[in-house]
Amino acid sequence: MPFACIFVPDFPVEALLRTEPRLRSQLLAVLEGKPPLQKVFAVSENARRAGVAPGMTKLQIEACAGLAFRNRSPLQETAAHAALLDCAQSFSPRVEDTALDTIVLDLLGMDLLFGPLPKIARNLAGRASDLGLTANVAVAANPDTAELAARGFRGLTVIPEGKESERLGNLPVEILPAEDQESEPLLETLYRWGIRDLRDLAALPEVALSERLGQRGVYLQKLARGEVSRTLVPVDPPLVFEEAIELDYPLTLLEPLAFLLARLLDQLCARLASRALATQELRLEIKLADGYREEETQTGCVGTGALTRPGRAQARHRFHRTLRLPLPLLDSKTFLKLLQLDLKAHPPGAPIVKIRLAAVPTRPRPGQGGLFLPPSPEPEKLELTLARIAGIVGEDKIGSLEILDTYRPGGFRMQHFAPDNSLLQKHRATENKSHRSDRTPMNSSVSQCLGGELTDCSDDLVTALRIFRPPAAVTVTLCEGRPIFISCLKRKETRGEILWAAGPWRSSGDWWEQEGWARDEWDIAVQEETSIGLYRLVRDLLGGQWLLEGSYD
Amino acid sequence: MSSFPLFPTEAVRRPVASVASNSPVRVLDRLAALPKLAEVMPASRLTVQPVPEMVPSGVREVDSLTGGLPRGCLTEVCGSVSSGRTSLLLAVLAAATQRREACALVDVNDAFDPVSAAMAAVNFESLLWVRCETSPPQRRRDTEKTNPKHERLYHRRMETPVEQALRVTDLLLQSGGFGLVVLDLGDVPLKIARRIPLTSWFRFQRAIEHTPTVLFVITQSPCAQTCAALLLKLSAVSFQQAAQTPSHAALLNDLRIETEILRSRMLRKPAQSATAAFSTKTVRAG
Repeated sequence: MPFACIFVPDFPVEALLRTEPRLRSQLLAVLEGKPPLQKVFAVSENARRAGVAPGMTKLQIEACAGLAFRNRSPLQETAAHAALLDCAQSFSPRVEDTALDTIVLDLLGMDLLFGPLPKIARNLAGRASDLGLTANVAVAANPDTAELAARGFRGLTVIPEGKESERLGNLPVEILPAEDQESEPLLETLYRWGIRDLRDLAALPEVALSERLGQRGVYLQKLARGEVSRTLVPVDPPLVFEEAIELDYPLTLLEPLAFLLARLLDQLCARLASRALATQELRLEIKLADGYREEETQTGCVGTGALTRPGRAQARHRFHRTLRLPLPLLDSKTFLKLLQLDLKAHPPGAPIVKIRLAAVPTRPRPGQGGLFLPPSPEPEKLELTLARIAGIVGEDKIGSLEILDTYRPGGFRMQHFAPDNSLLQKHRATENKSHRSDRTPMNSSVSQCLGGELTDCSDDLVTALRIFRPPAAVTVTLCEGRPIFISCLKRKETRGEILWAAGPWRSSGDWWEQEGWARDEWDIAVQEETSIGLYRLVRDLLGGQWLLEGSYD
Repeated sequence: MSSFPLFPTEAVRRPVASVASNSPVRVLDRLAALPKLAEVMPASRLTVQPVPEMVPSGVREVDSLTGGLPRGCLTEVCGSVSSGRTSLLLAVLAAATQRREACALVDVNDAFDPVSAAMAAVNFESLLWVRCETSPPQRRRDTEKTNPKHERLYHRRMETPVEQALRVTDLLLQSGGFGLVVLDLGDVPLKIARRIPLTSWFRFQRAIEHTPTVLFVITQSPCAQTCAALLLKLSAVSFQQAAQTPSHAALLNDLRIETEILRSRMLRKPAQSATAAFSTKTVRAG
């Protein structure tokens, strides 16, 4: 039974490099602790070669030229660990979460899907690299040997069954797990005995070792020989796709925020893609700087992509935005553009110190909807266009209509425009009808969709009304209760004798609510300068006003 | 039935000019007669322009007059108040949404009536409505008066509805995928509509060229000039009161509309005097 182990050396460093890949070529040290007692917790390979080691103080390493240092970020380590789990679970359903930097997979039967074991190891490393982590991958016949090999050897290692002792022999004794209280003094003892590598440990007589070091010592020897066999403890983590980043200094402009969001989105999309999922909802949570005062915001620059808003004091510490999409998508560029447009329309109002981005996973939409569907806008492009238009006219001024079940004038609401779903459902309904009917020819849905023929629907033409929003106040002269002359301040061209009037048509409603309404409607023809205009005149019975509601056109 | 003539003219039907000389058969004959038949003729050297695909407008009389609305071209409909422009617009929208095409309406003055559209059988799920009316200028002046600082800080000028509409139309055309995009400038005063630069119209025309999108523009008088492939003028001939109703219960029933082609790029000879008339029924009478 083959097992694979993915181990990320210098895990805190790799977690930081995931969000700042430009530091990969530089010397990097990760600090832990509160100033001024900060100490080095982990270093990159470059920094290690330059002489920086864990445990050094910040003062000691400041003398090192070209060294960059960052504070340790548990948030980013958690996100990196989640990414590592996603990577492993895309290859095997049985995955053990051994440590923050170590994952063990059961590869039984996976060679039939993914090819020979060396190819699986290569693909695992490649997938981890796509997620921003440089990992060692080892494959062996038991989990502990694979783990030791991944910790000890750089890059890819494949240990054939029966060769465990031979391959592990050169590894130092320090590679053996020593987190518990029993193992640490044993390793010290082995060091005093002159045992430097696993080959020496494996060669010791078993009985004598057991007498001196007990069962723990025998266990360590079995590890060195690669003879330990145990079952994995598989993990089934909840499907949570979250990426987060903490900033060293507060962010005040949109452009660098977009840069960070792009990175987080790339990682989220890569993790979703590794599980063959998409997302229909993105949740952005931003932590704002504390103690942000109003007078500081007065000098903020509006209109240049700044996040601060003049005249607004810091009233909250967290800022939430949720982006809901009509269809599942997995395009990080589209998500970034939508988030940028949204943040431009709703800026946070204070500098940003932490960003958390979460995606709600869902099944991806099918690639092909139907062969004879009429052309419609691409969903990704449409969402961007709608977001841009909403930035011009306002979010409540764009969408598709839904007429409400009320007689109140203006009884409608705007909802999100999503033609794909409605067109696809209607097309499927039409196709189902054509399949069910024996006499209907198979291509009826095609001709309906293409609609190339002239339609014969002139008999149902409706006289349209153009609504004046808001209605224009008018002055009406009455004679025996009927309007005979009208003048409107707002629409100077609508002034003249009323040639013909039809009405009044009374309607009312919602009298049981606080906002009841009652009105009389007239259709009138007004002699204007160059033509006759047809209008709808309304008298508000509750307020007594005369209003011009619209014109027949 | 009482009838009120708005323009004492009669609808005149004249035959549309023949387009037989532009038919593919004639083009092939002409090509066959050329001495060097083996040479490939590039499209730019063709003596005839390819005819765009025509789609029904939803009004039989208009379709018989114009052949339909051309895809990939700008169609402009002009007329004064109560000339039937919006009725034609609803018919066009109903036909397009019945064909299950995604449609967009850029409503400069926020004048669209959902009830009329529902009676005209417009499918709202396929219609994107963009309402461009900004807040009244009075409100902004009041704000500037109370806090003059805002004028310095918010120095970006508020766009007029027409400017918003042009930007929105441009975005929709560049996005693509819409079968019909309508720009409703019906209530925009003439002096403002005429100030729309010609470059905007050229840009719209180029954006929809070689696409299946129909750009339908409603104005009070022609604005798009040569960019419009089809220019129609509507005028109301008369409206009729419903019959068999007592005088105190009169209803506006039929509105008779005359359509005239002012320009058509699809016809060989511009049919300057070709007209057609159609009637519409009011919602209440229906």
